[in-house]
Amino acid sequence: MTGVSDDVREFVSQQYQYGFSTDLDTDVVPKGLNEDVIRLISAKKHEPDWLLEWRLRAYRYWITLEEPHWQNVHYGPIDYQDIIYYAAPKPKPELASLDEVDPELRTMFDKLGISLAEQERLSGVAVDAIVDSVSVATTFKQKLADVGVIFCSFSEAVQNHPELVRPYLGSVVPYRDNYFATLNSAVFTDGSFCFIPKGVHCPMELSTYFRINAADTGQFERTLIVAEEGADVSYLEGCTAPMRDNNQLHAAVVELVALEGARIKYSTVQNWYPGDAEGRGGIYNFVTKRGKCAGANSRISWTQVETGSAITWKYPGVILQGDNSVGEFYSVALTANHQQADTGTKMIHIGKNTHSTIVSKAISAGHGQNTYRGLVKTLRSAEGARNHTRCDSLLLGSDSGAHTFPYIEVKHPSAQVEHEASTSKISEDQLFYCRQRGISEEDAVSMIVNGFCREVFKELPMEFAVEAQRLLSVSLEGSVG
Amino acid sequence: MMLQIENLHAQIGENEILRGVNLEVAAGEVHAIMGPNGSGKSTLANVLAGHEAYDITGTVLFEGEDLLALSPEDRAAAGVFLAFQHPVEIPGVGNLYFLRTALNSVRRQRGLGELDVMGFLALARERMKLVEMDESFMSRSVNEDFSGGEKKRNEILQMTVLEPKLAILDETDSGLDIDALRIVAGGVNALRGPDRALVVITHHQRLLDYIVPDQVHVMAGGRIVRSGDKHLALELEAHGYADLGQEVASDRSASVGATP
Repeated sequence: MTGVSDDVREFVSQQYQYGFSTDLDTDVVPKGLNEDVIRLISAKKHEPDWLLEWRLRAYRYWITLEEPHWQNVHYGPIDYQDIIYYAAPKPKPELASLDEVDPELRTMFDKLGISLAEQERLSGVAVDAIVDSVSVATTFKQKLADVGVIFCSFSEAVQNHPELVRPYLGSVVPYRDNYFATLNSAVFTDGSFCFIPKGVHCPMELSTYFRINAADTGQFERTLIVAEEGADVSYLEGCTAPMRDNNQLHAAVVELVALEGARIKYSTVQNWYPGDAEGRGGIYNFVTKRGKCAGANSRISWTQVETGSAITWKYPGVILQGDNSVGEFYSVALTANHQQADTGTKMIHIGKNTHSTIVSKAISAGHGQNTYRGLVKTLRSAEGARNHTRCDSLLLGSDSGAHTFPYIEVKHPSAQVEHEASTSKISEDQLFYCRQRGISEEDAVSMIVNGFCREVFKELPMEFAVEAQRLLSVSLEGSVG
Repeated sequence: MMLQIENLHAQIGENEILRGVNLEVAAGEVHAIMGPNGSGKSTLANVLAGHEAYDITGTVLFEGEDLLALSPEDRAAAGVFLAFQHPVEIPGVGNLYFLRTALNSVRRQRGLGELDVMGFLALARERMKLVEMDESFMSRSVNEDFSGGEKKRNEILQMTVLEPKLAILDETDSGLDIDALRIVAGGVNALRGPDRALVVITHHQRLLDYIVPDQVHVMAGGRIVRSGDKHLALELEAHGYADLGQEVASDRSASVGATP
């Protein structure tokens, strides 16, 4: 019979539809990493001395570290001296409008379905497009500037708003945080910076598309979002990358800071190249994302839909420092072929009456391995802290795996921590039911998987929810023999 | 002839459940199939709908075409509908969304245009009235946390929206109280017409007070052992299956749990 096992075989052999590369004129530094390379990166970016010093401190610390291997993922050794740490499309002078953006680049975005022209017409979405580490076009800047919101590339922020960058850089993810965050601190090239001043509700969703393009270029993004007292912002991050045979390291850092009463909603759809059916190639996505609810009554929400990358290793967390602050984590992670994901969150309760919610939906197909790893920690000061965690896993086929590692540390007796977990398979009965109603097996699988994820999708901004559903459906396309 | 079943056998592994079923159903007719537990009634329904768990021999023609060659979704598009005995839950999938997806899938296959949201809503609302379902049903997930009666009404709603040519009702009446039974029967009768046929599998004669059959068949041991008009159902109600004679008794010992 053609059942789920056929789905999985087809799933595994599905082609990555964004696998193309664009012939851009690229400005690269030599392979490898040493202090000179860091100085060169810093010099190319005309950085102030304090930032170069910070990078160098990170680098000097990094060389004393060993790569961590406690994660439930497996990969060959990474040769850090075989990576190009900086590549930028050579800038065309004076981009007065989108029409002047490199046509090759425009074509690439068109293929991805996110043409800037189209994005510009779309009301309510500002796009800071990052290609190979450097922002090439920014839209809606004026509208944002009118209300005092700063949304620009990290490099620009360093040049134009150093007084805003310096106090917050490394304040949530210090350069000594972990191996990959430390590496990022030493060599990060660009990313986004976002500052929402006191009392301002950002008038549109902020969006960034990351893309890894030049071959063998590790990408080290650094994003910093600061929401002052009472400010409110929703930030969307979406990514696809072209097909490559060699594994590409991606070690990004995202820091969020929410002051009193501020709200930050950070949504990610990640669809990087996952490797081929035999597990060759694909992105290593080793990311450190953390938010700090620094002020009372602040709220930080992470929502992620992770369908790409050969290996995903990320735990977007929230430090709940302010009293009554709220941290949320909503996650869909899909692993197919030989993809591996070890993902989850960290909720650190420090302030009184802090609340956190964790909803994790993991889908494993083919030989995919999906691990939820979550830490809920309530410190002695966290009187009245509450957490609710729900981890659901859905398995397609018999070669996939789902694993759950919840860590709970409670230091205050009034804390309430709840953990629920389930593992299920798409049942033959569900498929037959859908098919008997005329729905093809492929559509049925997609529908059931999307239903499984609905709790998370409804947390996404509308346009992203649609994209996320499409992405899951595309990932499940050709799943019927 | 809408449906022609000839010498139909079905088995799972070594376990033969259907052992030579013969049945003809013409357009416009209602056939009731009764019989003891484990006699193969649900298996027959599942085989007709295309469940892939069985090894099958024999012929089934639907409007002259080989039904057994079609996938379940193609059978649905061709106009075969099964109201399940145990409708499954599909968490997170909205009932209305599911129904619209199903309807547009069969409409596409039937060469009709897809209905847009407004057109679909109008149709769904009209049919919901038939089965006395309120709008709150539509935003809930498919069958999730539905009561037994609500699930059965939902099956009938799907049937009235999809407008099949041949509807097979697998114990749709079981577990229903008399009001729910009346509602379900109302939905079924609304679908009746000269171009449509119904096969109603039931344990109880009382459903047939509401949906009056043209023919009644008794299944036992994987075969149809007796056929008659609606009076046969009354007779069975009065005397049980024991009176059907030696054939039933011996076949019952040979038959095993028929529902997959």
